[in-house]
Parts: sequence; structure tokens; C-alpha cells
Amino acid sequence: MNIEDIRSLFPALSDKVYGQNLVYFDNAATSQRPKAVIDKWLYLVQHANANIHRGLHYLADQATDEYESTRDYVKDFIGASHREEIVFTSGTTNSINLVASSFGEAFVNEGDEIIVTQAEHHSDIVPWQLLCQNKGARLKVLGVDENGHLEVDQLETLLSPKTKLFCMTQISNVLGLVNPVSEAARICHSHGVKILVDGAQGLVHQGIDVKKSDVDFYAFSGHKIYAATGTGVLYGKKELLDAMPPFMGGGEMIDHVSFEKTTFAKSPEKFEAGTQNFNSVPTLKPALDFARMVAQDEEVIEAQHEICDYLFDKLTSNPRVRIFGVPHGTEKTIPLFSFAVEGVHHEDLALLLDKMGIASRSGQMCAEPLMNRFGVTGMLRISLAVYNTMQEAEYFMKCLDRAIGMLL
Amino acid sequence: MKSLEEAKAEVTDTFSMFDQWLDKYEYLIDLGKNLQAYPLDKKTDDRLINGCQSRVWLDYQVKDGRIWFTADSDAIITKGIISLLISVYSGRTPEEIASDDFSFIDQIGLKENLSPTRANGLVSMIATIRGVAAENLKKK
Repeated sequence: MNIEDIRSLFPALSDKVYGQNLVYFDNAATSQRPKAVIDKWLYLVQHANANIHRGLHYLADQATDEYESTRDYVKDFIGASHREEIVFTSGTTNSINLVASSFGEAFVNEGDEIIVTQAEHHSDIVPWQLLCQNKGARLKVLGVDENGHLEVDQLETLLSPKTKLFCMTQISNVLGLVNPVSEAARICHSHGVKILVDGAQGLVHQGIDVKKSDVDFYAFSGHKIYAATGTGVLYGKKELLDAMPPFMGGGEMIDHVSFEKTTFAKSPEKFEAGTQNFNSVPTLKPALDFARMVAQDEEVIEAQHEICDYLFDKLTSNPRVRIFGVPHGTEKTIPLFSFAVEGVHHEDLALLLDKMGIASRSGQMCAEPLMNRFGVTGMLRISLAVYNTMQEAEYFMKCLDRAIGMLL
Repeated sequence: MKSLEEAKAEVTDTFSMFDQWLDKYEYLIDLGKNLQAYPLDKKTDDRLINGCQSRVWLDYQVKDGRIWFTADSDAIITKGIISLLISVYSGRTPEEIASDDFSFIDQIGLKENLSPTRANGLVSMIATIRGVAAENLKKK
């Protein structure tokens, strides 16, 4: 599929900002939505709007079918074994909090340990801190080296008989490097430790096969992979989800309720308390369809590669620019670059780029410990998607030079 | 010294000459670069203005019933904005500042067109300057 055809699927991309063509380089924060996703959402709101799992009428059947068939769809997309392993949440943060609460309740006791990596964003740090505070457990950290690579060789020494869970990101939202998920899972399992992988950035660039990589939990957000906001997924191995207590109470997550004793539904309903986001969850189908299509398209893969190489070469050839997350020679890269420019504040750069039509991200990017690791108060980040073009990349480099020139 | 109304009018006039956003920024960058040096020992947490993506410090002295501000920031555009604010409000009495509505900021179009985080920063800067005035009114 050529780039113009891809771009034509995304209405937002033809917008103008301050009279300039929009250059949307903030895809790691959220992606734009293709028309198929927008149409799906509109259809559901207009023609299949009824609360799921409870009504005995036509619309309720429609809505329930759309919602539940999405579960099968997601199951196949990530390679899960059972539909019961797919829990719908509001997003990655919600998915991780669910595990922290329910896995924590079932399996984490005083003196136990949870390990996170230095590259996690706050959503994969703070829930574990809260859990550790509640349970009197200990939070340990696996570091990243100067180039931003996880020190996976240190993982084995961090694991102890007290370790219950290792939490890592598939791709850091700051560093953009692809972490060795399967290897980490193998190491953890050889010590009887479970592993949770944050796929918020990973799924759209790398995909996942949860069976092959053998992760115990996998969390992602729909809105970063072209679906509507407020759609999220938690994958969990069936035996783990079965052994975990509910996260929240209410709605259809019960079996029987009485004032003396309430029994609960099985997973996934057990974890889906209250009215679900039934107008939006089914947008995951056209969104993942699109993601699958572009992931298999040689022309798209090649174009992405070229843009990635171009940006990396240009950025690293500027002596003022320091990139965080530097890939090894042959390492697979994704089009996400965070960097600092010597003598220039990231916020100033983002403001000037904005006025040139470029949406970038500046600041701590919800990863303050990682900022501290590299001794900076913030960074500038550009993150591209399959609909971004080489012309946009070239325009960005020109604008970056101009902005730096204005600020120095 | 110009009156507060004259100082505000001068800023509004200057900004009305810019029809491009980047020109406004170029001007703010110049203001930032030319702001009087701020002493290192005054870069303390209690002088930091909360709510900005970059760090902004504001300090002041009261002489003969007038408030004199000094400020700094690690980002140059923010430094330009705080420079603009203190060029207008420095040397005023607490009464003058407290009774001003700061609406000239809206007239020069800074508040709406700066990014939301920055707009919050601007709001925080104004709130801090107002806070200083209110505090000194109470002391009287």
C-alpha cells in the first residue's frame, strides 16, 4: 500500500494547524484514527447502542455480539489460547492496576519482592509502589545502561525466592528500543517468577505472540494502536486470572449476590465490573485489522525503515544532539527518538516546532526516574506512525535546525 | 517611569505589529536573552513558580512602597514571558497590581495560543505576581 493511500484513511492528517500542514509526530502519546474506526464507533452509537450482557432485546444482542466478538478478535491478534484470558479495561494503566490489586491480593505478602525496570513509565511503577506499601513488600529495580538498553544480564542476580513478579515494558515510550521479552520470560520462569509486559508502545510496532513469548500478563491501550480512547486490554494466563480475586465490585461481575455472601463470575466477567465501554471496544476490530495489514506490507515496512534510518543519521550527525536509547549496529529500531539539544530547552523546541505545524512531545514523558537516570529535566520526543512520510521527516529536520538557530 | 497603563499599551502595540506566530516568539526569545542576570543563590525551591513545564523563579524586593521583581527560567521563551510581565509590573505599588485585571495578556494573544501546559504556566506566573501584591497589601 502506498503512503498516500494510507494517509487518505486518516481524516486528521489533512488538517492544517496555524496555516501549516499538520505533521503529527506524537504517536507514542496517541495515534490518529482511521476512518474505519470512526465509522465503527459512529455505527455503534447510532445503531447498536444498548447495554451489553443484560438486555433480552435486539439492540442488546447486537451490542453484546460486537463486544464479545472483539474479545475473540483480540485473542487471535495476540496469540492467546482462550477468550477468557482477554479482559477489557480502560487502558494500559487500568490493566496494570488490575494486576497490582488482584494478583497482589492473591500472591504478594509481606517481605515479597516485585521488580520493575528503570525504563518504565509511571503507570508501571506507581501501582507496584502502592502494592508494596500496602503489603510491606519490596520494590527492586533493573537498570538500563548508558545507551538505554535494559541490563537483562543483571536480572538473574536480582531474582530471589521472595520475588513474585517482574514488570517490564516491551518498548519504552522514551527510549524506543525493543526489549527482549521472551528472554526475560524464560529467566523469570526458571526461577518461578511471573512476568508482566507493558505493551502500550510495543504492540503497534512489534506485535506480540503471548504464547510464544510465554508472558504471564500483557497490557495495552487501544488508542495507541488506532482504536478509540478508553479501550484497553489485559491478557492474563487463565490459571492466574482464575486464582485472582475481583478488582472492583458491581454490575455483571457476580454469580450470586446476597447480604451474607456474594459469589463471583468467572474471568473475564469477574474483572469487568459496571457498564463496559461497549461503544468503543469494538473499534479494536478495524484498528487491529489496519495494524495487521500494514505490519505485513513490504512497501510500508521498507518506507518506515528508510525514515527511521534517515532521522537517526541526521539527529546523530548533529554534535549538539544527544539521543537517549541508542541502538546497536544491527538492532531493530522503531521510529521513536527522544533527545536533548545542548544549550536549548526541550520546551522551547516543542513550542517553536508547534508553530511550524509539528506536533512533538517535550518534558518528562511520565518517566521521571528515567530522566534522573540520564541527568536531564526533560527531553524532546518525536514518534512516528506508518502514515508519516519521508517529506515530513525532512521538513522536521529543517524546522529543528531553524528552531535551534532561533534559540541559540 | 511610565505608568502601568502606558507600559501595557506599549506591549500591546509591539505585539500588534507581529502577524506571524514565529515573529512573536522571536521577540520573546530576545526578551529572554536580554533579561537581567538573576543571582544563583536566589534559585531556590521557595521562589519556584509551580505549574510550568520549565522552571521559573520569581523574587522581589519592596522599596519605597513599590515592588521590584526579578526572575529567571531555564527555558528561553518562558524567560521572555516572565520578562515581559515583570517589565510591566515591576516598580508598581501593591494597590496598582492588585487592582489590575491582567487582561492585556489576552489582548496580545499569548494565553490562548500557547500550549495548554504553557498557558497554565502563564496563569501561575500571574497568580504569583498577584499573590506578592496581596501579601504586601496586608502588611500595610
